[in-house]
Amino acid sequence: MFFPISGAHISPIYLVIVGFVIGILGGFFGVGGSFIAGPALRVVGLDWNFAVGTDLAHIVGKSVVAVRQHRAFGNVDLRLGLVMAVGTIAGAEIGAQLIQMLKRAGNVNLVVSIVSIAVYVSISTFMIWESRKSLATKKPLPPASAGGAKKDHSAFRHVTRRIQRLKLWPMIALPVSGVRAISLWVILLVAFVGGLFSGFLGGGAGYIRMPSMVYVLGIPTHLAVGTDLFEIIISASYGTFTHAIKGNVDILIALVMHTGAAIGAQIGAISTQYFAGPKIRLAFVPLPLIGAAIVIYTMISGHKL
Amino acid sequence: MLRNHRMGQRRIVSDEMRTSAAKTLRAFLIELAIYSLLVVVYFFLVLHFLGGWLYGLEARHRYTYAGVAILLMIGQAVVLQNVTTILLRLIRGRAE
Repeated sequence: MFFPISGAHISPIYLVIVGFVIGILGGFFGVGGSFIAGPALRVVGLDWNFAVGTDLAHIVGKSVVAVRQHRAFGNVDLRLGLVMAVGTIAGAEIGAQLIQMLKRAGNVNLVVSIVSIAVYVSISTFMIWESRKSLATKKPLPPASAGGAKKDHSAFRHVTRRIQRLKLWPMIALPVSGVRAISLWVILLVAFVGGLFSGFLGGGAGYIRMPSMVYVLGIPTHLAVGTDLFEIIISASYGTFTHAIKGNVDILIALVMHTGAAIGAQIGAISTQYFAGPKIRLAFVPLPLIGAAIVIYTMISGHKL
Repeated sequence: MLRNHRMGQRRIVSDEMRTSAAKTLRAFLIELAIYSLLVVVYFFLVLHFLGGWLYGLEARHRYTYAGVAILLMIGQAVVLQNVTTILLRLIRGRAE
């Protein structure tokens, strides 16, 4: 099939399958899946700038589907998502500026590659340790009728409690997430760091935001997944708009990819209901490692996937 | 005796779960087949007609194109989700 905007010939079946796989991952883990979608589009000959912009457009559609599904399960904290969107957009802008600075210095590829490998490996290592420790404790959860379905164990809980006790005005309550009071600045900082990595390393940076929401803000995993996706709709829409203005979005490719993602995202979102929080976090571990493997491959081979 | 009774109950529950899982899987496969057919029709009709118009818009009016791109994406997401939900409801309703 010929896509006139990007001038690329790509099989629509391939696009639907890629969308379907990313949809499942996104719905289940609350990630955009750009670390797979970008290389998957590049492999079939799409220019890198189109791969990034088109992927962002497809992420918007996929996240809308997953959020609607998660919202039906009560897994979206709208207040938290809206506050975080402010921090994410600011962080994404700074991240993009940092990239420009490194470009001028002439070492952007090396620095971004090393930082991304360090970040991906650290997240995976930490999550293996934490989720296995949480699963080993096996404390009984309160019954679902008492609101226990949205709570989960975390071996990092003591640090989260300390962060929640920080009295840094203004404090806000997140009743949907079961957080009585937390400093607005902590939420903005978490969102800012997520946005910074999004602008610096590309994609939605859900691989950083979802774990930080669980471990730093103390949001239950199911809610972190749903709220992260809601926040991704806002940040990815912003990214799509800016990329489209620069001529980096082939919306026809994104629409075709999304037909697969629409059904995948629903399957992913429904699947979260059958897994406990620590199990979802443990299953999340390979995702940042895949990202690290892709970066290592590009460093060794000199090719951009 | 109590032990045998519990084991019997467990067997009934696991049989029910297996039947329910098989029904869900069958409904899902039927849904997937119908959905694939709809998607193929969608490719040939909608994208064929939209392609030229979007290409022109992208070349001449970038800001409008950017807005239309996001609206199209969200619109498609909502429509497709409703289609899959309706399909699943219809198929499950018939299966039960």
